[in-house]
Amino acid sequence: MADEAGGLVIDPMHQFQIHPLFGEGPLMWYTPTNQTLWLGITVVVISLLMLIGSAPRKVIPGRTQSIAELLYSFIHDMVEEVTGHEGAKFFPYLMVLFTFIVTSNLLGLLPGSFSPTSHIAVTAVLAVMVFLTVTLVGFYKKGIGFLGMFWVSSAPLPLRPILALIELISYFVRPLSHSIRLGGNIMAGHAVIKVFAGFAGVMGIASVVPIAAIAAIYGLELLVAVVQAYVFTILTCVYLRDAVGEAHH
Amino acid sequence: MSTTETVAGAAGEASEKGMPQLNFATWPNQVFWLLVALVIIYIVMTKIAMPRIAAVLAERKGRIGGDLAAAEELKSKAKAAEAAYNLALEQARLEAAKIIAATKAEIQKDLNAAMADADAQISAKAAESEKRIAEIRAGAVQAVAEVARETAGALVTALGGTADDKAIEAAVAARLKG
Repeated sequence: MADEAGGLVIDPMHQFQIHPLFGEGPLMWYTPTNQTLWLGITVVVISLLMLIGSAPRKVIPGRTQSIAELLYSFIHDMVEEVTGHEGAKFFPYLMVLFTFIVTSNLLGLLPGSFSPTSHIAVTAVLAVMVFLTVTLVGFYKKGIGFLGMFWVSSAPLPLRPILALIELISYFVRPLSHSIRLGGNIMAGHAVIKVFAGFAGVMGIASVVPIAAIAAIYGLELLVAVVQAYVFTILTCVYLRDAVGEAHH
Repeated sequence: MSTTETVAGAAGEASEKGMPQLNFATWPNQVFWLLVALVIIYIVMTKIAMPRIAAVLAERKGRIGGDLAAAEELKSKAKAAEAAYNLALEQARLEAAKIIAATKAEIQKDLNAAMADADAQISAKAAESEKRIAEIRAGAVQAVAEVARETAGALVTALGGTADDKAIEAAVAARLKG
């Protein structure tokens, strides 16, 4: 690798490389990769947390049960509050979204790990799923009236076509901003840590400075990991409200 | 960078450089495994974890509601018991007052009877005593007259006179009257 060759050669993007887990063969769509491994670890961690957390079914919960119940109530309240009662049937979907993103983000902060959520492909799939769900459910529930959300009835009549165009563009930009916000945040944090780590490798005794910086950024990244998962989920709730709730313009 | 070359070899020549995120040759692989992961999580959530947690939360809510209702019921029971206690206390007080009044009246009656009895006895005794005193007084007057007669007779004799019993009697009687 370049870092081991000595000198200040930092390749912060190298950590995001996807390579087959076994052997050197070509990367087919089904080839298990390092990303597959960490997706699997994410699935296992979530499953263990939710299964162990929900197994005791005690009235007075223990630690793991508290965590599982806290996650459940947190997302449940968020859906009820933002999307309204109509959105309650999307609760399992949002539960999956939030637990997957937050677990993947946090696992990605383990040294030597891999963050699936730092890849635009992953976040794009998540965002496009949300976009398609909102659009399909919107048309299914409201029919052609779903297009009413682009027609801002509270604005003066001459402005409405222009606003409709802007609303339409912003609607289609949603999945893009939705996915890049999450992927970009996670990727940037990891890249920054890698850059500082590269400095630490060549600065000798002075490397305490970049190491301290890594510690500080790591704390920030913990916050970002949770906040971005929250932001992704609550934006999903807000978009879903367009589909199922009252118009809010 | 042997790893990069491996991926590049696998993924095609075009996206060898730059962000691995934009190496679109890896996208089908990523999308496939992501969907697998999401489906597994969804099944675990909806089939096992969420119904369990929902049941536990509902049970807890019901339990708390039940406990609150039971507490409310116990509270009302305690209030009723307190009211009954107060009523009983009031009745007992009235009863006690009645008994006290009755006892007082009885005692008063006894006392009055005893007093009357005592008064009668006292007045009887007083009458008797008065009689006795009168007798004694009468006796005393008699005795005094006797002594006066004898003394007068003795004095008269001693002075050389002749005691005239009748005169002495009259004189003593006159003196005693005076």
